Amino acid sequence: MAFQFLLNIFLAFVWMFLSVSFTSQSFIIGFLLSLAILFAFRRFFSSRFYIHRVIAVISLLFLFIKELIMANIAVLKTILRPKLDFKPGIFALPTELETNWEITLLANLITLTPGTLVTDVSYDNKILYIHAIDIPDKNEAIDEIKNSFEKAIMEVSR
Amino acid sequence: MTEIIRFLIGFLLIVGGFLSLVTAFGLLRLPDVYTRNHAASKSATLGVMSILLATFLYFYLEHGHFNSRLILAIIFIFVTAPVAGHLIARAAYHSGVKLWDKSVQDDLKNKKEYEQQNSN
Repeated sequence: MAFQFLLNIFLAFVWMFLSVSFTSQSFIIGFLLSLAILFAFRRFFSSRFYIHRVIAVISLLFLFIKELIMANIAVLKTILRPKLDFKPGIFALPTELETNWEITLLANLITLTPGTLVTDVSYDNKILYIHAIDIPDKNEAIDEIKNSFEKAIMEVSR
Repeated sequence: MTEIIRFLIGFLLIVGGFLSLVTAFGLLRLPDVYTRNHAASKSATLGVMSILLATFLYFYLEHGHFNSRLILAIIFIFVTAPVAGHLIARAAYHSGVKLWDKSVQDDLKNKKEYEQQNSN
């Protein structure tokens, strides 16, 4: 990933030296041309073509913003309801993610989802303990959301 | 066009102020630390973010002044607010703060046993 990006920038500099013009326009042109070259030679790299990963990061960002807005609407409904009739609790969620930064990202994402807040992570990084504001009607729906988050994060890190 | 932009800026300001107000209500009304933390870590984040965004848009589109520090502030708040919520909830749990008495489930109690089982 990082290697492909560095190679792309290096080829853009080669383009600038070939065309003897050192402006940002020629850098961008060289960047796009060498992107096409990298795409043509993608089967020689061990990892995926890196634009896939850039797209995955951007879609994860949009997922983040969408979940933040949904969470706020849910919190508004909970707070402004005249009777406090929700049932909070802490449940355990097993996760398949392994590296530390993936788990941090998942925990942040869960904290910003409607009605959930990460309270603790087990020492072997396999279970997240989540405080949910309303356990009975949300448990399964939340698990479903978690699966989509985990998939989106794996899409980035794979 | 400028009218639409002004409408958008005003809308963002009102939403931000309203969300901050609701956060304050939540902190007063909700029963225990953890549920209050829900209100504080979500509504306050989006409220402050939308006020900062409105400030950025106002100075950029009305005065032509591009202030990149506001964008950095939005990103920093977006990244740090959930971590702060998590740390407060974790510290509260480990110093023995009880859940609300209407809570139905507490899996974190079993954490010690789980870790003793898996440490061998």
